[in-house]
Amino acid sequence: MAGLHKSEFENPVVNWIDTRMPIFTMMQKEYGSFPTPKNFNYFWNFGALAMISLAIMIATGVFLAMNYTAHTTLAFDSVERIMRDVNYGWLLRYVHANGASMFFIVVYIHIFRAMYYGSYKAPRELLFMLGVVIFLMMMATAFMGYVLPWGQMSYWGATVITNLFSAIPVVGESIVTWLWGGFSVDNPTLNRFYSLHYLMPFMITGVVFLHIVALHITGSNNPLGIDVKSPQDTLPFHPYYTAKDSIGICVYLLVFACIVFFAPNWLNHPDNSIPANPLVTPAHIVPEWYFLPFYAILRSVPNKLGGVILMFSSIAVLFFLPWLDTSPVRSSRFRPIYKQLILVMVASFLVLGYVGGKPPEGIYVVLGRVATAYWFLHFLVLLPILGKLEKPLPLPESISRPVVRRPPPGGGGGPLPQGATAKPMEKS
Amino acid sequence: MADTASATVRSAITTVGVADPTKRDMLKLVTGSAVAIGVGALAWPLVDSMNPAKDVLALSSIEVDLAPIQEGQAITAVWRGKPIFLRNRTAQEVKEAEGTPLNQLIDPQSDADRVKPGKEKWLVVIGICTHLGCVPLGNKTSDPRGDFGGWFCPCHGSQYDTSGRVRHGPAPANLGLPPYAFIGDTKIKIG
Ligand code: HEM
Ligand code: FES
Repeated sequence: MAGLHKSEFENPVVNWIDTRMPIFTMMQKEYGSFPTPKNFNYFWNFGALAMISLAIMIATGVFLAMNYTAHTTLAFDSVERIMRDVNYGWLLRYVHANGASMFFIVVYIHIFRAMYYGSYKAPRELLFMLGVVIFLMMMATAFMGYVLPWGQMSYWGATVITNLFSAIPVVGESIVTWLWGGFSVDNPTLNRFYSLHYLMPFMITGVVFLHIVALHITGSNNPLGIDVKSPQDTLPFHPYYTAKDSIGICVYLLVFACIVFFAPNWLNHPDNSIPANPLVTPAHIVPEWYFLPFYAILRSVPNKLGGVILMFSSIAVLFFLPWLDTSPVRSSRFRPIYKQLILVMVASFLVLGYVGGKPPEGIYVVLGRVATAYWFLHFLVLLPILGKLEKPLPLPESISRPVVRRPPPGGGGGPLPQGATAKPMEKS
Repeated sequence: MADTASATVRSAITTVGVADPTKRDMLKLVTGSAVAIGVGALAWPLVDSMNPAKDVLALSSIEVDLAPIQEGQAITAVWRGKPIFLRNRTAQEVKEAEGTPLNQLIDPQSDADRVKPGKEKWLVVIGICTHLGCVPLGNKTSDPRGDFGGWFCPCHGSQYDTSGRVRHGPAPANLGLPPYAFIGDTKIKIG
């Protein structure tokens, strides 16, 4: 019959559904037999971990929402009620609050992986850019979520961050008033942040879907950064990577549980346990740790508009990374100089994170400026030049033959036995 | 008859399809713009619903009695959800504020433009740092007031003088002035 899918599933119910709507076939193709490079290391776990994190955030968030009240006079108390009176409310909140941190650490490592192994290079540019979009949306979501408990840090974090937009010439003030729905951060602001905080994770889910669509068109990169050449280079996703991802997920949940049960307030600010007071600013306003590097860039410029522009550019530059890096070689393993520079880049990011949590004075200002300068130098100057100057190491022939064949010392056979060069075996 | 009719239709189709492509482009353009205007018109209510509502705009004026404020002290009132600093300046502070040459200021404005004539000792400013919106310290004499005797912002270190003018960045502008008027010797109405 025209249009109906010829399903190969034996279970009659599955078959009946699959014939009319082939989602089982699709899942089988994309997550079952999906050919995946066979040389993944544990860095390739972090995509799955990010998905799990998102799922955990949505699950705990939906249940928190059942007991949370988005009103300036009630929000703080409703969160306290969640902590004290609601059954397992403390667990929901601690998982949600620390889950945001887990999500960010996972995504930061995931992005580092992409950078180290050149996953942003052709043909995966769009895939990488969708990832940067997800990262930006996560930041917006986490920022608005942090406002909801309506503590001092919630209030003043919201004030400082929304005020960034007042740096825009001419229309800045009107934009800020529009964002607030009033003349300061107040009830209208809390209400809209709650609405958007609920909405955005689902938008993120949508972009994650596109991210995966793009991934399944290009196929995964791998630690060698070379293309898959034959079926011999791949394994079916299931059971090989479902198993490997499961191990990663266990470790992730273990770390997560340790934080939630033994140090749930480790990453929290004591000031956020004080109800919001619009007339008193806490002595040290510090954003959540995952924003610190960008906060440090903001503060490293003594000019308001300049700081704001630099902070947004520090992320925007990632959108251009696929074109800024001019080297055709993907993996750092074969790029002796890039391999060092990317570590300097990570170091500068960590320094920025450290500086962002310190008061903006003395040595911290200097450190912050140096690290900010390196961040931009790395992406805008070093990467474009390096691709032209650096001499990459010889690339292996294929994933199945990761060892580069050197010309044998005294002539004679190569290092691999004959069988290894035989034509790729058929995969079932 | 029927023959001629279908021939006319056919030739009309050819005309549109081949002979006159600009006509189709024009139609697409007109339709496209109409849709764009329609969508824009529908989006505006959504966007504008996020602007301050009428009740928020209505909360616009308060009266404050200045009499209890000691010389050298300041108090905070709340207007439109914002802190307003009301400071009873000492003669010395007024003199400093008036004597500062304008070319030393980041955002030049004379002290006379920031107070009401004859009421120079009363400074009324919006207590929100023009950098990123923190509330500067300095209302109490025991607070840090920065190097210029006015206010000090704990967030990123901006400093204001006794006229509420910014003297040290990163703040780009002076503390804002709310609209207010004296309605008695020591009573003002803000808003
Ligand atoms: C990308 C996913 C998400 C992130 C990164 C995120 C992040 C956050 C953060 C950082 C907080 C503040 C936690 C605290 O300090 O107390 C928060 C609170 C909250 N979130 Fe989310 N969230 C996400 C998804 C969701 C979803 C999908 C919902 C609802 C459907 C939700 C509902 C809430 C509620 C009701 C609160 C206030 C209660 C509280 O403060 O614990 N969140 N969120
Ligand atoms: S908010 Fe006052 S110095 Fe930044």
